[in-house]
Amino acid sequence: MIKIRKVAAISALGAALLSNSALADGTVEVLHWWTSGGEAKAVGTLKSAFEDQGGTWNDSPIAGGGGDAAMTALRARVVAGNPPTAVQLKGPGIQEWAQQGALNDVQGVAESDNWDAVLPPALAGIMKFDGNYVAAPVNIHRVDWFWANPALLEQAGVTEMPTTWDEFNAAADKLMAAGITPLAHGGQPWQDATVFEDVVLGIGGAEFFRKALVELDQEALTSETMVASFDQLRKLRGYVDPNFPGRDWNLATAMVMRGEAAFQIMGDWAKGEFLAAGKVPGKDFVCAPTPGNGFVLNSDSFTFFKVSGEDNLEGQRVLAGLIMSPEFQKTFNLAKGSIPARTDVPLDEFDMCAQRSHADLIAAIENNSLVPSMAHEMAISRSVRGEFLDLVTEFFNSDMSSEDATRRLAEAVARAM
Amino acid sequence: MIERPGRHRPGRFSEMSDAPSFSLRTGHWFERHLPKIVVLPLFALSLFFVYGFIAWTAYISLTPSGIMPNYELQGFAQYERLWATPRWYVAITNLFVFTSLFIVISMAIGILLAILLDQRVRAEGLIRTIYLYPMALSFIVTGTVWKWILNPGLGIENLVRKAGFEDFTFDWLVNSDYAIYTLVIAAVWQSSGYAMALFLAGLRSVDDEILKAAAVDGASSWKTYTSIVLPILRPVFLSTVIILAHLAIKSFDLVVALTGGGPGYATDMPATFMYAFAFQRSELGVAAASATIMLMTITAIIVPYLYSELRKTGQ
Repeated sequence: MIKIRKVAAISALGAALLSNSALADGTVEVLHWWTSGGEAKAVGTLKSAFEDQGGTWNDSPIAGGGGDAAMTALRARVVAGNPPTAVQLKGPGIQEWAQQGALNDVQGVAESDNWDAVLPPALAGIMKFDGNYVAAPVNIHRVDWFWANPALLEQAGVTEMPTTWDEFNAAADKLMAAGITPLAHGGQPWQDATVFEDVVLGIGGAEFFRKALVELDQEALTSETMVASFDQLRKLRGYVDPNFPGRDWNLATAMVMRGEAAFQIMGDWAKGEFLAAGKVPGKDFVCAPTPGNGFVLNSDSFTFFKVSGEDNLEGQRVLAGLIMSPEFQKTFNLAKGSIPARTDVPLDEFDMCAQRSHADLIAAIENNSLVPSMAHEMAISRSVRGEFLDLVTEFFNSDMSSEDATRRLAEAVARAM
Repeated sequence: MIERPGRHRPGRFSEMSDAPSFSLRTGHWFERHLPKIVVLPLFALSLFFVYGFIAWTAYISLTPSGIMPNYELQGFAQYERLWATPRWYVAITNLFVFTSLFIVISMAIGILLAILLDQRVRAEGLIRTIYLYPMALSFIVTGTVWKWILNPGLGIENLVRKAGFEDFTFDWLVNSDYAIYTLVIAAVWQSSGYAMALFLAGLRSVDDEILKAAAVDGASSWKTYTSIVLPILRPVFLSTVIILAHLAIKSFDLVVALTGGGPGYATDMPATFMYAFAFQRSELGVAAASATIMLMTITAIIVPYLYSELRKTGQ
């Protein structure tokens, strides 16, 4: 009896192995730092989708330091000549690695699936090196959002979400008068820079944003518009509670949730916090774009490194196709709280903030007001971004004048280029 | 191995004919060189992993390395870039402010506690352990706890305000001009007990006869300490300064845990600066230049001090 069982078990195992190898459709190793809550769940949907196609998925999650630890590991792997198949890597970082000759292109997949037709052009440009796709975007995050507590707004007599910074200032003054902290903010350099770029969009418009924060045009950087942007940032500093330094963004979101502050300026990952706490958009919290009629784009993507061997190359192609498939884009973004990078995916199952984001995205593509985020490493290299962060955060935490800030920013950018 | 006859070299040891005496000689040779043989691999490893990498870092600082090392020499451009960066000046200034305050205050408190404990107090062992205990914590723990204590909304300020003093402010942690001193507070809290232990050991080694002689000569206890005991403790000062100085210079974890370099980058230190540039900004060259400057600064301070102290003590 025991013998028979054993034989049965062995043959079952053998069958499993056989069927597995018959199905085998490439191997991928994916390096990422999506290890927390909704993010881990989102990457899990990619893993199971890939395995459903018969491939082998080797997960390499490296948590810590907002990806710094993963980048260090990546460097070591590339130097050793053993890079992962795909890496969670975004923005100009893609170009930096491409210039090192470390990437494979997936142009074949991109052409047969017609990526050019479904991606926003500004995003497609970031995914390409020398005209060929070397990375595939999984989502689009919008950076220029107000998140607000409607109960507090009502209490202070603020009836409309502000559409200009002047309106915001007026609303904030009313809140102050009612004894409510107008703005929940976490004093970390990237959060300061997030607020700064939303202010620049509202004061200068998309065209100015692009000149100053993307093309790093010295004339724009030293202009009066930049001084005015810093003036507005200085105003916002006055609307923040005194304990903001070092606070994490999700704690600032929690302040809005608990009614300790009225607004937060943050990307739509903040929505995940509200939803996780069981809050309903439109009722417990409201979302509205910050002024400027633009769209500040942030997008996560997987970048394809130079692997060799047919099995690995096949895995890379399958993964690229899978990431850009409409079904995956939908399930992934429902889990992560962002919207699909493909503009042709129907958003019926998404919440009202995501639908608003999608509608504004389409409009922004049409009237050319879609801009890549500076604060979130979509627009400029990490070294120049670092100079922006240093200057903006120093300005926010000191009494530097707007004129000095403008001058020093332009100098710092020139130095880092 | 010691008694292997094959190791016998006839020419040199020809006067020795009997085996026991020979093996004794080789035994001596082996014994004499054993420490060197044991240390050799370790020495070779540290030569490579310490000095080799120092040389590599210095080389990288002369190249245009960005996200990846690039071995093409370009001269001192990274140093020019470094010295044109305002954040670097903040980091350097912070290092000097922090190091000097930390060493001076820790040593002052350490000596004071050691002298007080040396007065044959009751339950000395218990008190000593209590003062020494913070040293058992990592700087991460110290930093996190002090972050809560010093946070105006949670800690001391909140407590005193709730006790009825509405105008009380103690917001150093969130104030760019004073945040660096919160690092000093936390670091002193952690390390002055250690300084105390070192000084206490030094005090215990002072010969009782000398103290008795001083007492017979009618010296006051203040005089005894300042003119006799403290000068005897000179070597202890040296080791304490060196231990505290290296704690201060490598203070990375405390900054990360307590202030995160903030507000802004007001509490940046060279170590956090270097980390930011190497790992967050893909500027290996600038980071290597800052590391090289750090090394040169430390060398410039420590070497003359070591030299003068060691010469005085005749070692």
